[in-house]
Formats: sequence, C-alpha cells, structure tokens
Amino acid sequence: MLKTQTLTFSYPNGTPFAFPDLNVAANEAVLVLGNSGKGKTTLLHLLAGLMDPTGGTIELDGTALATLKGSARDRFRGQHIGIVFQQSQFIRSISVLENLRLARSLAGLGKDDAFAETLLSELGISDRKNAKPNELSIGERQRTAIARALITKPKIVLADEPTSALDDENCEAVAALFERTVTGHGAALVIVTHDQRLKNRFQNSVSL
Amino acid sequence: MRMLQLAYANLKEHFLSTILSVMLLGIGVGIVSFIVTVSEQLNDRFNRDIRGIDMVVGAKGSPLQLILSAVYQIDNPTGNIPLAEVKKLKRNPLIKYSIPLSYGDSYQGHRIVGTDSLYLKHYAATFADGEVWKHSMDVVLGSSVAEKLKLKLGAHFHGNHGFDAEGHAHEESQYNVVGILNPTGTVADRLILTSTESVWDIHNHVETEPEDQTAHEHEGEHDHHAEEETGEITALLVKFKSPMGIMQIPRMVNEKTSMQAAIPAIEINRLYSLMGVGFTTLQIIGMVIMCIAALSVFISLLNSLKERKYELALMRSLGASPFKLFGLIIQESLLLCLAGYTLGIILGRVGIMLLSSFGEDQFQFSVSQSGVADVELWLLPLTLCIGLVAALIPAIRAYRSDISSVLRNE
Repeated sequence: MLKTQTLTFSYPNGTPFAFPDLNVAANEAVLVLGNSGKGKTTLLHLLAGLMDPTGGTIELDGTALATLKGSARDRFRGQHIGIVFQQSQFIRSISVLENLRLARSLAGLGKDDAFAETLLSELGISDRKNAKPNELSIGERQRTAIARALITKPKIVLADEPTSALDDENCEAVAALFERTVTGHGAALVIVTHDQRLKNRFQNSVSL
Repeated sequence: MRMLQLAYANLKEHFLSTILSVMLLGIGVGIVSFIVTVSEQLNDRFNRDIRGIDMVVGAKGSPLQLILSAVYQIDNPTGNIPLAEVKKLKRNPLIKYSIPLSYGDSYQGHRIVGTDSLYLKHYAATFADGEVWKHSMDVVLGSSVAEKLKLKLGAHFHGNHGFDAEGHAHEESQYNVVGILNPTGTVADRLILTSTESVWDIHNHVETEPEDQTAHEHEGEHDHHAEEETGEITALLVKFKSPMGIMQIPRMVNEKTSMQAAIPAIEINRLYSLMGVGFTTLQIIGMVIMCIAALSVFISLLNSLKERKYELALMRSLGASPFKLFGLIIQESLLLCLAGYTLGIILGRVGIMLLSSFGEDQFQFSVSQSGVADVELWLLPLTLCIGLVAALIPAIRAYRSDISSVLRNE
C-alpha cells in the first residue's frame, strides 16, 4: 500500500535527513521509532504530502505523491490519507459529529452519518457526538481524532506520537485501539513515535 | 458540512467580536440610510409644495420666513399686506394667476387658512366628501387633518387664536366642516381651508376686544391677522405667465411697494445649502463609522486567524484546497456584513418611524417609507464591498499559510 524509496529531506541550513525505506501493506501496522530531532514529524509530513522530499519517492496505492500538485494533492490526501496529530486538534466551533462530516466534505466525499455513528460507537464515544471538542477529555479527543482519520475510509493512517502523554495502562489501550480500528477498516497504519513501550506491541518497526 | 455553515459556526464562536462588528456596521448603515432617506423626502416634499409657485408676496421681513410661512405653513407670517396694493399688483399682465392667503388661527395645531378655491386647484386637491365652502365659516379639511382630528362632514369647532393649541378660543363663532379632501401629498393635507371672508369675519369680532400692545410686539401674532377694515391679507402666491415675470415683478414689488416678494426656488436652495451641511456631516459620520466597522471586521478576522491557524492547517491536511480557506474567510466576512446591513436597515427604518411620529407633531413633517428605498439598494453592494476589502488580507494569509510548519509547531 505504502512504499518509500531512498527518501531524503533537508531543511534550509539544517542537517539532511535520510529515511529508511518503508513498505507497508493494507491491514498492516508499522512503527517508526526515533528520538527527538531524528525527523519523525518530518517523515510523517513527507508521507502525508504536506512537504516535498529533497530526494526519493513515495508511492501510495500505486500513485506517486510527487506527481500530484496543488489542490489535486490536497484532494488526494483528504481521500486516501488519515492523519492523527500529536495533539488532537479539531475545529472548535463545531461538534464532534460535525467535525467528522467536515472531514468528509473537505475530502470531497458525500455525507455518511451512518458510518460516523458506527465509528463513534466502535470507539465508545457515540454519546459525545454533539459535544464541542473543548468539552472532551483527553482520551475522548484522541478517540475522536482516530474516528476523524478513519471517516474518509483512507488507504493509510499516519499517527504522530499518539501515546506520548499517556501512562502505561492507557498507552497499551490506545495502541490496541489503533491497531484494532485502523487495520480493522482495511487501512495501513504508520505510527511515528519515540515511545519505546510500543515496541513490544508491534512486530514491524523501523528505527530512525 | 458546507463552508457557509462553518463560517456561521466560527462567527458564533467569536460572539463578542462578531457582535461588535455587526453593531458598528449596523450603526453606520443605519445613519447613512436614515440621512439619505430623510433628505430625499424633505427635498421631495419641499419641491412638491413649491411646484408652480413662482413668487410669494408678503409683508417685509425675512424672505425665507415668508416662504416657510406662506408655502409650507411652518413658520410665523412676516405680517400683513394691504389689499389695495395686492389688487394693483394683480393687474400686472405677466401674472397668470395668484392665490391670496390669510391666516393666523388654528385648531388643535392645524392652521386655518383663508384662501380661494384656486388653492385647491393649484394642489390638485379633490374632494373625498362634501364640497368647497359657500358661506363664511365653512371649512374644508385636508386629509390628514380630518383623519387625525376625526372630524366628519357637518362637524363644528371653535378655532384658536394663534398657532398654539393654548391660544384663546374664538368662542363666539364656530366653523362648519363642509368638505374633506383626498390626500394630495402636499401641504394642503395638513391645513384647514376656508374662504378669506371667514378669516376677516372672525377677526371683526376679535377686534372689538381691547388690544394688548406688548403682546403685539412679543408674539407678533395679532399683526398677522388679515383684517377687513384695513383690507389686508397675509400673503399672495403668484404664478407667472412667462419667465419674463420673474425677471421684472419681484424687483418691482421690492422696490416700489411696501410689500416683499420672495422667490421660493431661491429661498429653498438657500435652505438646502444650510441643511445640506448638516446632512453631509451626518452622512460623513455614517461613512466613517462604516470604515471603522470595516477595520473592526478586519481586526477580528485577523485575530481569529491567529487563533485558528492550526485549524486552517488541519483543514488543509483534511483535503481542503488553499482556495477553500480563502473562501471560508471571505464568507465569514460577507456573513458579518450582511448581518450588519440588515441591522442597519432596521435601525434606519426605526429611526424614520420615530422621526415621523415626532416630526408630525412638532414640524408637521412626516416621512413615510414604503417599499425599498434606493439608498438601501446601493448600501447593500457597498457593505458587501467593505466586507470583501476587510477580508482580503486575512483571506490571502489563510491561502498562503504553510501548513507543514504550522502543524510542526503545535
């Protein structure tokens, strides 16, 4: 599903990054481990097409990201890539359910409230669907972020440090939740983290 | 989830700054629409009453006062003029027709004007009920007088001396309502019309009373009465046969008689230029408030943009094109301006309603508003333009934001 080759990136006046090749199949999860400053978030942004690599290629479900420009890239990202950011962020002025609707509409997909309800109840937050984002607990926000990443039925979900703020018990629960829901919906999962605790849980892991 | 819904939700989220912007816009739009409507209507009303009157002849004094009192019936008369001189003037071949006016009395704030039936013809007044006066003390009511005083055909009333409701009543003689006019949209609607003879007759009775000389000077009201013994009327409205009249006669009257001639068009232009300063000032104030409103929209959008830069980056990561974010900011601004415009139109109309009910009593001037005024039509695109301009820079910022760097520095 996701294939990268000899990916490199350098910030202006910064040290260049060289990333190991990734090859993730559908329903598969890969852990990308690395300490701060190793370019974890940079890699995630490259994979999401938010930035262009200095060298190398990214191929997603047979499409080379580099061939997509401008709005076509945005559209492609919206439809095929789900992203869970480090600090779950939402549009504050609208409810959880409306945030999910917005994600579909921005991706150019039609409304699918039934699927939204399914996801929310799978994640155990269907009773919070009318709450505003800032009324949610941290755990609820994280679940909502997963729901939003999955609402477009993406081919791949990218997660940035989903467990860094959690204690051991919750770390385990969230990791399980990610694995179950993401791969359960047929998407490939890439988790970028420095959290060594996750190493035990995921067989496939790459170190930066 | 449409962008417009999101724009609305965002405005609701920033309630206070939204309210501030809407209020400022509303007040600006309201002032401008109020001023423009009032000045247009004043203009219209003044011109309608003046139409066909080339010259007004009255006692010497302020020409503007003469016009205001004789044509618009809003100021006190300048005095009386001797009938003998009027008759001499009327013989001038350049005069097409002239209408005598004698006044000085009122009933419940409405002036009782002695004239002849030419006055009715001049203002194209038609009878809703009854007919023109035949005898002394017969009166014809203007449409708004009849409506307000609830007087019907055959009703009787006593006039008051002077123009205040407090003036002493002429108890000894009563007026009989013999006709009621249809609305004409002119000064005739607000008057109680009668024959010149009625005014003379009623003051023959009054003149038997001893006169108070000081009251004369202070109020100057007694002087205004047309009196038969001396053969006086208060003013004469004149229509010329040709423009030649306006070249010769006013000067002749002013130089060779004890009377004064005033040209309504000139006096009203002078009045406009006086009032115009006030109107222009208020209009500028309204425009300035609208500009401040634009600034307020601009600042609140820019502020909310700072606060929401992560949200906007998030939307991009969810598939929104930069142009979509540009559109979102523009829509928020337009929505604000539309709300401000609506509030402004409501404020303007409420203002006009208030002025109308207040002005009706105080100045016998009523403004009416039916349908959509021109000013309301051109204020809409103007307000929306303000919205566009105010939103342009914030929208371009949203368009250009580098999502990757925003997302990295959460």
